[in-house]
Amino acid sequence: MATAIECRGLRKTYDGKVEALRGLDLDIHAGECFGLLGPNGAGKTTTIEILEGLLQPTSGHVRIFDQTWHENERTLREWLGISLQETRLSEKLTVRETVELFASFYRQPRPADAILEQLSLTEKADTWVGKLSGGQKQRLAVATALVANPRILFLDEPTTGLDPQSRRQLWDIIRTFQKNGGTILLTTHYMDEAERLCDRLAIIDHGEVIAAGTPSELIDRLGGHHVVEFSVNGTRNAQTIDVWAALVGVESVRTDDGLVSLNVRQPHLTIPALLDAVENQGAELLHLTTRQASLEDVFVRLTGRHLRED
Amino acid sequence: MKAELQPISSALDSDGRSRLPKKNARWSAYSHLLIARMRELQREPEIVFWVFVFPLLLALGLGIAFRNKPADVPSLAIVAGPSAQHTLEALRGGSWKFRVDILESDDALNRFRLGKYDLVIVADEQGFTYRYDPARPESVLARSQVNEALQTSAGRRDPLHTNAQASSEPGARYIDFLIPGLLGMNLMNSGMWGVGFALVDMRQRKLLKRFVATPMRRSDFLLALTSSRLILMIIEVGLLLGFGILVFNMRVLGSWFSIILLGCTGAICFGGLGLLTASRAQKIESVSGLINLVMMPMWIFSGVFFSYERFPALIQPFIKALPLTALNDALRATILEGASLRTQGLRLLILAGWGSLSFVLALRWFRWS
Repeated sequence: MATAIECRGLRKTYDGKVEALRGLDLDIHAGECFGLLGPNGAGKTTTIEILEGLLQPTSGHVRIFDQTWHENERTLREWLGISLQETRLSEKLTVRETVELFASFYRQPRPADAILEQLSLTEKADTWVGKLSGGQKQRLAVATALVANPRILFLDEPTTGLDPQSRRQLWDIIRTFQKNGGTILLTTHYMDEAERLCDRLAIIDHGEVIAAGTPSELIDRLGGHHVVEFSVNGTRNAQTIDVWAALVGVESVRTDDGLVSLNVRQPHLTIPALLDAVENQGAELLHLTTRQASLEDVFVRLTGRHLRED
Repeated sequence: MKAELQPISSALDSDGRSRLPKKNARWSAYSHLLIARMRELQREPEIVFWVFVFPLLLALGLGIAFRNKPADVPSLAIVAGPSAQHTLEALRGGSWKFRVDILESDDALNRFRLGKYDLVIVADEQGFTYRYDPARPESVLARSQVNEALQTSAGRRDPLHTNAQASSEPGARYIDFLIPGLLGMNLMNSGMWGVGFALVDMRQRKLLKRFVATPMRRSDFLLALTSSRLILMIIEVGLLLGFGILVFNMRVLGSWFSIILLGCTGAICFGGLGLLTASRAQKIESVSGLINLVMMPMWIFSGVFFSYERFPALIQPFIKALPLTALNDALRATILEGASLRTQGLRLLILAGWGSLSFVLALRWFRWS
């Protein structure tokens, strides 16, 4: 498969002190939807802005369809459609004027009307940007990227702050772009979004890739596809964690505010053993659920933190 | 009828435009950026007010407040006495106009002290005593006019024949001085705010960064911003001078070509200064302070509302080196005196110098993100 984006050993140091990236490698194939995941401050935006040619890396190199920013900036700009985080477009221009303005920058853009139609903005075509809702503004930001008729779409947190319906609308737009042969690089801190949209993803923390692969590979690597969550009262003993860890088929244990999570391979073996152990401890079971492991579990396991610390 | 026609027109639309892949021409980005900028300005009522309406209101207000009036009629007090009535008649008989009262001595002096009278006249056998205040121009004027009138009525003959012609020509009035100054100040204000503030606002919105992420040429962007300034400049010049001509009968002696060329030089010079103040600032609050800091000395020293010749000679070279001084002086010379551009070489050079220096520095320091 052809490589759309390749970067090796990206480092970025701000003011000679803050290390935003510490040697980051990525390979993104043509035609795939690739996700960069990580908590705020992990280096996602720095990475994506270096790939977009907006920031110079302190060291390391980037190739996009075998071209470099240094030698072919103008060509690369024609190939990329970009939606930056938190761009506030001019409020006193209408939706159509904004899309036509961006279209005028490219040699061969897509017709503005077709883009508005595709992003369900036709009805709002003559509305001032300042009067749009959050979801409409976000769709307009993607419209300014798609009107370029790009080979690669860069989306930096495209759905942050959107209502569920607007998010789903954007997911459809992204899938359509991919179906037509486009490559997508998106950053997000929504795990469900990454699981649904991305063919492959990389989890970034403290400026490094700490895990990469398809969503199911990553979950597999967690050890155990299932999570058993429960809470008990009557045990104040710190050693009880060791009791849970020793149960049959338990891969790892995590406690979070009284809630115990076990990563297990076979819940039907672990749960009876768990019930016995609770009784032996003289405790009472308050709550018990089982669910499929998610990328959120992978992330917490890898970093010890949640993606979104609200 | 309407319902039948509609499908036809929409079919034409999709045949004619949408299906053909459109290729953008070289100047497509520039023209779209310029049109977008003009639309934004036009849709911002505050900008329309401050750039176009405010200078006219200022001209109207100051033009009325400082309009030229005929000199006040001097008011005189004659101290009551045997010759008072005779003096009064002598004053009324001459060609001068006076407002005269006859008062008791204490009363007259008291009211003179309070400024009610310009002059107190005491008549006795030897002649007249004038009590006047040398620090009050109207008092000095009253003394000389009264003296003239009394001497003439007593039979003085002037050895020389003189003629006086009244002359209040347009061109020498305060409003004539004011309007070119307001024009210069307006070009400075709108240049600094229109470029400096607009750029920092776009930087703060991350819009500059978004533009730079496209194949847009940065030179097209700056060119479009400059062009929008020039278009606005022509409207500003036309409005203010047109207002002066229509409302205050102002007379424009210089050629319009020279005036527009001066306007262009001024607009570009202050656009460059605006670009320089905006080259690094990240927040509109900080650029606002910076712009005011740059403009403040020119508001005071550059002779917008009054002549800068009132300032000490020591700082005159400094004042003349300011771009707004050069612009105001050149505009006044052209509009009021009909001076040709050739005589304005030094002033144009000062404007071009400030402009190009700030452009060079601004482009070196400018941050797009």
